[in-house]
Amino acid sequence: MLDEIVWEIGGEQGQGLDSTSDIFATVCNRAGYYVYAYKTFQSRIKGGHTDFTSRVSKRRLLSPAPAVHVMVAMDQECIDLLTGQLRPDGLLLADAHFKPAVGSGVDLIAFDMTSLAREMGNPIYRNVIAIGASAALLGLPLQPFKDYIVDKFGRKGQAVVDGNWSALDTGAEQARKLAGGRTFQMSPPPQGKVDRLLVSGNDAVALGAIAGGCRAVFAYPITPASEILEIAARYFPRFGGVAVQMEDELASLAACVGAGFSGVRAMTASAGPGISLMQENLGLAGMTETPLVVVDTQRGGPSTGMPTKQEQGDLFALILGGHGEAPRIVLAPGTADQAFRDAALAFNLADNYHCPVLIASDLGLADWQQTVEPFDLSSVEIDRGPMADATELERIGRDVFERYADSPSGVSARSFPGMVNGQFLATGAEHGRMGKVTENPGNRTRMMDRRLHKIRHLEFNGEAVPGLEYSGPENPEVLLISYGSPIGAAWEAAEILGEKGLRAGVAQVRVLNPLPLDELRRLTESAGHSFCIENNALGQLAFLMRANGVAAPVRSVLKYDGTLFRGEEVAQRVNDLLLREEVQVA
Amino acid sequence: MTTQEQTIADYKTAEGSWWCPGCGDFGVLAALQKALLDLAVPPEQIALVAGIGCSGKIGNYINSYNLHVTHGRTMPAALGLKLGNRELTVIAAGGDGDGYAIGMGHFIHAIRRNPDITYLVMDNQIYGLTKGQSSPTSAEGFLTRSTPEGTIEHPVRPMQLAIAAGATFVAQGFSSNQKQLVDLIKAGIQHRGFSLINTISPCVTFNKVNTYDWYKQSLLNLDTVPDYDPSDRGRAMAMLMERDELVNGLVYEAKDTKPFEDRLVGFRAEGLANQDWHLDEAVFNKILDDYR
Repeated sequence: MLDEIVWEIGGEQGQGLDSTSDIFATVCNRAGYYVYAYKTFQSRIKGGHTDFTSRVSKRRLLSPAPAVHVMVAMDQECIDLLTGQLRPDGLLLADAHFKPAVGSGVDLIAFDMTSLAREMGNPIYRNVIAIGASAALLGLPLQPFKDYIVDKFGRKGQAVVDGNWSALDTGAEQARKLAGGRTFQMSPPPQGKVDRLLVSGNDAVALGAIAGGCRAVFAYPITPASEILEIAARYFPRFGGVAVQMEDELASLAACVGAGFSGVRAMTASAGPGISLMQENLGLAGMTETPLVVVDTQRGGPSTGMPTKQEQGDLFALILGGHGEAPRIVLAPGTADQAFRDAALAFNLADNYHCPVLIASDLGLADWQQTVEPFDLSSVEIDRGPMADATELERIGRDVFERYADSPSGVSARSFPGMVNGQFLATGAEHGRMGKVTENPGNRTRMMDRRLHKIRHLEFNGEAVPGLEYSGPENPEVLLISYGSPIGAAWEAAEILGEKGLRAGVAQVRVLNPLPLDELRRLTESAGHSFCIENNALGQLAFLMRANGVAAPVRSVLKYDGTLFRGEEVAQRVNDLLLREEVQVA
Repeated sequence: MTTQEQTIADYKTAEGSWWCPGCGDFGVLAALQKALLDLAVPPEQIALVAGIGCSGKIGNYINSYNLHVTHGRTMPAALGLKLGNRELTVIAAGGDGDGYAIGMGHFIHAIRRNPDITYLVMDNQIYGLTKGQSSPTSAEGFLTRSTPEGTIEHPVRPMQLAIAAGATFVAQGFSSNQKQLVDLIKAGIQHRGFSLINTISPCVTFNKVNTYDWYKQSLLNLDTVPDYDPSDRGRAMAMLMERDELVNGLVYEAKDTKPFEDRLVGFRAEGLANQDWHLDEAVFNKILDDYR
């Protein structure tokens, strides 16, 4: 009985493999397993290799699997490219229709799925046959797949349901017959009904934003951020809201500034090339102290870079990009449930600190699906932050309200259009307390200090916003520091290192600006060896840590080939670095 | 809402002007303030989005909610503002460089969307604040610091572009003709949809060719053209082409248009910013079902 199985399907883009993979992942999630589903795809619509993997486990795992139990090949290219990922005892399931050729040592199970599907009256049954066969080879029960079919296609009539059921049965029978006793046996899912969601980071961010009161999304399509606009456009009509596909990213963020100024909670979502274009209006939002939220689903850069590949190369752009010095809060969710909470939190922070809040997502988080507990709407608060009092404004009369007044926190109450006597000038030019433009040196220094200092320490609801989450022993021998989607690999690596006898801990940085410097100092000073695990070439987080006075040695474990870290890969690289220093490893 | 009778002083600020004496922008400012007074729009219900350049300073002098944005981005900022609170009267203002050079892309797309925004472009055919370079509306052969041999580019024709892009209200005002300009701005604000009011606003310091006198001699006042019908799109386009856009008055207005806000599904009459954003548990759970 296995506690984890890995299934992969590959072929040409446009063969319907995404929906096939979606069925497999959804059914496993509904059955009560934890699913982590990821894919390889290219920046083209049809043709070109694509493959989808589902890592199905009895516990929560959030990084790509080391090897595959059952791989489904829908073309020869899939076999040529991917069979190296099979476990030594793995099974290759292929459609015999394309006459698959495999190297020695590959255990091939092939039958003509295409012809069987045609006989059953619909060529699209081919993929359902493949699912049935996969379930049989992995030792998964067929019933949950059948239930899903009823749920999904029941409306289309009994014939469609019967056809799909028959395709599942046929696939399973064929595979069982051909495999003999070589099938895997996944341990059964937990008893009883399990209610969990299967979401991507983009889903989670969009749902968190909706729950958190976001009612305006302005964005320009870009991989891998587009779903966030699409989700907003899909659901806003149900409760009132506006999602506009803008003409470019300059306009997207400018619209957010306008909307934020009006008082509505506005957001845009983009990736590196869009973030570059947004720099001017990030400066404007910082200068005018207008709340808004920007999601960056980082991908391979610079320029067009690798649009469909993983990277975390935008930290400098998010924190320090653009001209001049402006306040920006940068949050870094690493899992879908964090993405949901961070998105809702981002709007509260924006309203409380009057500045842009950026969510540093990445392709691995944005696109890959994972099992999460249902998002809890009641856990989401909507806190509008310091606002001018309408009655007080009525009393004081016009030309008195100071939008940019001094205050101990540096955040001064906002008025909203419509409030009598709250009129003011919000300008990207340097200005005084009432918003009037001035280049007075004393005012300039005071305003710069106020804007930059107000975000030095983040609080929400009277409590500090955790900048870091640590899991592991006190004074670990090995400290792994990471953020974003690589955190899944870091957690697995810590386990693997633990099995080797090393006491390893993981520090997940949750806020990239302002950095949790005290915690980072304390942890790195108390750890034997510290490693910073990032998907970029310059070690941007490690750089920022050093620049901000984290003095203990931190070595970078970097990957910028476009693929995600795997847990055992991180463990191996850390191990190698330790061995190089002749540290005794059991 | 303010209860007492408003006067023009309610639309002014105490800020001293940064404009040169004689600048056309004074006339545009005065006309805008008069139009707002005539329409009795309370100052707190006005949101003015201004661009970069001399004209962009207009927000400093109007008692309203003012958003002074990045160069060229008045259109998307105004769209966001209007959609954020559709109850407001949203005015965008900027110059020919702001709107037709760096902001040209946004200009066309704003028109396509037709939000209920009034856009005042103070057109002086030159870059003033940067001290005299050619603008997209500068005439061919125009001598400036950046075109010492004369500009060799064809000028932008903003009103023709606007009509081609589907504009529902296009007018040209002249800062010297206050009465007409006030009427055009009022009509633009009352128009349900996007209104372009290109306004001739001479630069007395850097444009020694397109002066007040030059415009007075060159402009054809459409109010004086018998049988001119601003609801006739083809006639409007022909007039602009014949006259090289040297006209003043209402050029084109499509009646019975629906602004962007009215065409959004599920978009309520109450401004988004004023709504309660707490989601109903059942609505949220229905959404989560799509991920189960």
